[in-house]
Amino acid sequence: MKVRVKFSKEGPIKFIGHLDVMRYFQKAIRRAKIDIAYSAGFSPHPILSFASPLSVGHTSQGEYFDMELNSLSDIHELRERLDGEMAQGIRILDAAILSEGEQNAMASVAAAGYRVSFRNPCVFPEHLEQELVSFYERDQIPVVKKTKKGEREINLKEGIYHLEIRDHEVYMLLDAGSGSNLKPGFVLEAFFAEKEIPLPEFPFQIHRLETYKMEEDGRLVPLLGGDAWEK
Amino acid sequence: MDIRMRKLALSDEILMQVEKPARYIGNEINAVMKDKDLVKVRFAMCFPDVYEIGMSHLGIQIIYDMLNRFEDVWCERLYCPWVDLDAVLRRERIPLFALESQDPVRDFDFLGITLQYEMCYTNILQILDLSGIPLLAGDRGAEDPIVIGGGPCAYNPEPICEFFDLFYIGEGETRYRELISLYEDCRETGFDRKAFLRKAAGIPGIYVPSLYEVSYKEDGTIEAMRPLYPEAPATILKELECDLSHTYYPEKPVVPFIKVTQDRVVLEIQRGCIRGCRFCQAGQLYRPVRERDLAFLREYALKMLASTGHDEISLSSLSSSDYSKLPELIDFLIEECRRQKINISLPSLRIDAFSLDVMSKVQDVKKSSLTFAPEAGSQRLRDIINKGLSEEVILEGARLAFEGGWTRVKLYFMLGLPFETESDIRGIGELSNKIAAVFYETVPKEKRNGRVQIVASTSFFIPKPFTPFQWAPQCRREEFLEKAYFTRKTISEQLNQKSIKYNWHEADASVLEGIMARGDRKLNQVILSAYKKGCFYDAWSEHYKNDLWMQAFEECGIDPDFYTVRERGTDEIFPWDFLDCGVSKEFLLKEWQRARAGDVTPNCREQCQGCGASRFGTGICYEKRGGREA
Repeated sequence: MKVRVKFSKEGPIKFIGHLDVMRYFQKAIRRAKIDIAYSAGFSPHPILSFASPLSVGHTSQGEYFDMELNSLSDIHELRERLDGEMAQGIRILDAAILSEGEQNAMASVAAAGYRVSFRNPCVFPEHLEQELVSFYERDQIPVVKKTKKGEREINLKEGIYHLEIRDHEVYMLLDAGSGSNLKPGFVLEAFFAEKEIPLPEFPFQIHRLETYKMEEDGRLVPLLGGDAWEK
Repeated sequence: MDIRMRKLALSDEILMQVEKPARYIGNEINAVMKDKDLVKVRFAMCFPDVYEIGMSHLGIQIIYDMLNRFEDVWCERLYCPWVDLDAVLRRERIPLFALESQDPVRDFDFLGITLQYEMCYTNILQILDLSGIPLLAGDRGAEDPIVIGGGPCAYNPEPICEFFDLFYIGEGETRYRELISLYEDCRETGFDRKAFLRKAAGIPGIYVPSLYEVSYKEDGTIEAMRPLYPEAPATILKELECDLSHTYYPEKPVVPFIKVTQDRVVLEIQRGCIRGCRFCQAGQLYRPVRERDLAFLREYALKMLASTGHDEISLSSLSSSDYSKLPELIDFLIEECRRQKINISLPSLRIDAFSLDVMSKVQDVKKSSLTFAPEAGSQRLRDIINKGLSEEVILEGARLAFEGGWTRVKLYFMLGLPFETESDIRGIGELSNKIAAVFYETVPKEKRNGRVQIVASTSFFIPKPFTPFQWAPQCRREEFLEKAYFTRKTISEQLNQKSIKYNWHEADASVLEGIMARGDRKLNQVILSAYKKGCFYDAWSEHYKNDLWMQAFEECGIDPDFYTVRERGTDEIFPWDFLDCGVSKEFLLKEWQRARAGDVTPNCREQCQGCGASRFGTGICYEKRGGREA
């Protein structure tokens, strides 16, 4: 049986990278004595898959992984037990048994919501807020994206499902599908580059609000429970 | 406490620009948090190297656990900032901090530094410097932490004695309570640093260097070392935990977030070694051999696996094959680990039918390699170093291994051992070649999957204090390199040379390590000078700056050769002679003479040699055996 777990990652623990978070959960699952299934072979490893990596330094309240279990007594108890093994900064927000045929977390990721704040408010004065909204409202936002194979031009607009500014913070809903994933920092850097405004090092604090999958009717819903995304 | 309230010593901006910021944030699973207002003593325990190395060290985990069991003490951890953060801390004048509280080290009562290898000495100065603690103990005041050193290099503390207020000689389990209580008493009245140190010198195992005076002969060797105060004993006997089955051991080791060198549960099965290899310092320092009970090991293995969630467990000892209940322990581990899907790692096993059977059960034969440590290429030289491993045993072990499916073999040798000749060195290639030949004889062509892979590695021999070779000369850099080139040449002349790969260590750093290992008080100024010139992380070859070290020696007017290339006279007073590790100098001298004669000495289990370690009243010295009683 497959169980999906939702967790948050906040505070100093944001400096732990994705691979280390995976190792951290493998150990936490053992400590919590969860009857996870293992792969075959000489060095069996727990069957665990994460939805979408979070960059070092980013925080989140919408992280997910799936795990394959041999047995489960009670899903609420599992959630409590796993939450009891967390280091400060990581909380287990939810856990649920996946229905048969549900796609795995990684394959189902379609979009992610972010909140970006500026470490130094002077970098993002009010007149720029308006300009950022206008930037987003254009039909086409051609930018050059550097990839491993070189550079190619993409239309940024296609990947930004929504953008608004509330209380000097930028809220974005971005394409997070494999291959088309758009990072919030990349969007803002493109905007500042177009304005020819230099950015200081590490200008943003990025917080992931939620990770979404796409329903057959095209609605975006969180990977676990919750309501479909609406403006 | 809300997590976002735990304030880090470093800003996000700094943490984002350094490599592996997780080295500096603490908060790992099982890290101990206490309320600093509810403890009397704050202890910062430091391993003077980078986090991934320091977090892999068992000794620190034991002491950290022990000190935190004391209600009045909060022990925190501290490692060297990597070179990138080092530059930031200096530029922005941020004081070095301990991981748990993130508070500056200079506000602590104690700074404990473990001394595991000589090449970390400049990193000690880095730690003191970044903490804002005066580098020289004599310049410290009432508010500076008491800087205490311990670990194997504390058995010759003289080259670094001016940087430490005191040294703890021997095993940490026994005297910290007494030392900390004394400190608390002294703190209650107006704290007088010197008065505290004089009282501390009265605690067994504690060495306070400032209470001694050393005089030298004209030839530079020591004339005498005298205590200046009645509290300071003329000789200091090492501390030893007599009962390893009823003592401190961590039930909840700290689990790092990032991958570290030893990323597993570590079960120390015994201390000491029965073997008595004449080059080996650990083999003498940790005498007598003391085993932990099977019941103790079972209990702690289960507790540590449960509290850490590690997926691997490793046995730790100098020679695990000599643990008397190894088969029972391994049976237990194999069963338990199969159930829990835990990997077992078994270093330091001698290759024989038993160990090969065990290894084939716990690891993938095709992916793993076997390790032999003949240490010397010829039987003659193996007898000189008292390495009780014969060519027949090695070749038979190799044959069994190849039959069992292994195809990769690692061989460890030393170059520059006392009385070594060209023919001994040629033996390295010849032995490697014979092992390869055994493979081609044992494994029929149709079953081979390519060549056998033999990797022969040599390190350069460095004489260490408290070993029978403490009198021996060490090779010069050029001699070391000639020996390495000769080894390479003779390997390339072997029939199976295509199956043999050869690696050797760097020579410059080995020479410096040898200077530090048998150095005296005069080296303090050289280390200080080298540090001020920019030397640190000397154990990392990419950061080792030999030219700066040589400049430092020259400017201090110290001849490095004095410490290495001369053979020392049997009547010479060594800088470490005031310490007593339990093994007598007479015994070591006898062993040095037996080495010269090529005489093999039986191991402790075969027959007691009267080394002196029986005075501790415990361990192998009091077990029944075939030979005479101690």
